[in-house]
Amino acid sequence: MTNLEKYNQAFVEALEISEDQLPGLEYQEIEQWDSVGHMGLVATLEDAFDIMLDTDDIIDFSSYEVGMKILTKNYGIAF
Amino acid sequence: MEFESLLQLEPYSLTKREKEALLFQRLEELTQHHRENCPAYARILDSFSGGPGAPGCEAIPFLPVRLFKELSLCSVTPEAVVKTMTSSGTSGQAVSRILLDRATASNQQKALVKIVSSFTGSGRMPMIIIDCPSVVKDRRMFSARGAGILGFSIFGAKKFYALDDKMRLDVEGLRDFLEIHQGKTILLFGFTFMVWQHFYQELLRLRAGGAAFDLSGCILIHGGGWKKLQSEAVGQGDFHDRLREVCGLDRIHDYYGMVEQTGSIYMQCEHGHLHASMFSDVIIRRPLDFGVCGVGEPGIIQVLSTIPESYPGHSLLTEDEGVLLGEDSCPCGRKGKYFKVNGRLKHAELRGCSDTYAAGYQ
Repeated sequence: MTNLEKYNQAFVEALEISEDQLPGLEYQEIEQWDSVGHMGLVATLEDAFDIMLDTDDIIDFSSYEVGMKILTKNYGIAF
Repeated sequence: MEFESLLQLEPYSLTKREKEALLFQRLEELTQHHRENCPAYARILDSFSGGPGAPGCEAIPFLPVRLFKELSLCSVTPEAVVKTMTSSGTSGQAVSRILLDRATASNQQKALVKIVSSFTGSGRMPMIIIDCPSVVKDRRMFSARGAGILGFSIFGAKKFYALDDKMRLDVEGLRDFLEIHQGKTILLFGFTFMVWQHFYQELLRLRAGGAAFDLSGCILIHGGGWKKLQSEAVGQGDFHDRLREVCGLDRIHDYYGMVEQTGSIYMQCEHGHLHASMFSDVIIRRPLDFGVCGVGEPGIIQVLSTIPESYPGHSLLTEDEGVLLGEDSCPCGRKGKYFKVNGRLKHAELRGCSDTYAAGYQ
């Protein structure tokens, strides 16, 4: 599975949404991605990529796209 | 002043004069912001007699914390509200409703991270939540209890809810979790009474049956009020001593906070003192004339917070009694005021995540 596939799958699983909703998706934009959903998403991503996010990165993770940038910049995950 | 600029500072680094200037500027701006954007708040301010006093944090007008039970005060449009939080109450009791927009919700979390990191270090840890998972289930309406758990969850790398929905300790789950994370510093979080009743008492009982648990080197953060334990004559010292004795837990921090000012909590240091960070402050006031108490003089606690932008809750008079112990001089080295909470004022309603829950155990 490519990193992008893993990343997308984490969103789909954790937030129970479909893949076509992902582009442009922002934190708090849909009901499922609230603060509870956010912590679930973080846990799913951490399992998928075997990483541990910093608290600052969890807070800054404000959209589908920003999340990708954070994973690339701070955890060396290329998409 | 943007809240962001406060986040750049170490939370306990400023001395009295530096902090006062910065805090006053931010709080004054918040007062103006709420006056312009919350008509009900503007009317309240207009009804206050007397002009502005000497500039300073002590002159910032304060609202009784109970007002949020009667009014939904809001300084943003209804569409901007992303989360409503409610205070904990016993059944039948009115609850506060606090309306949050994205910026305020996010700043609460950021402030909490800065404050707690000063005590636990910035890394995330395996985390044991001494509560049941159903507390965070109702997502639209957040109870203070759920908000507390969720706010602290950011420090948890792997999380384990130690209680089931009947508030029974999951002994097997706990044993497994401790085994997996053996040798690591684990963060435990819970509300004071739940920790005592459902965790400490259970560990005590289990040990009598020969099953011991070792939590030495782990950190416990707890809050939500002492009322029930005080009535059982369990003081802070006993609480620490007995937890250490039963499972070796030796880093225990109480915190003081409320849903009306989520995020800017007051953490207890290694010397047993509650500390005001850069994001907040306390003023102890005399009950008779609301004059400001000196060090050592008990009075009503007023809390100031730099966070609330979506609701006018930046300056509130609580229903708690406390004592200022000093400023900039705590032996732990943290700057700012440090104080002690004596308990609820007489005839005040029961509140706090620990105390309202404990009310079911009369």
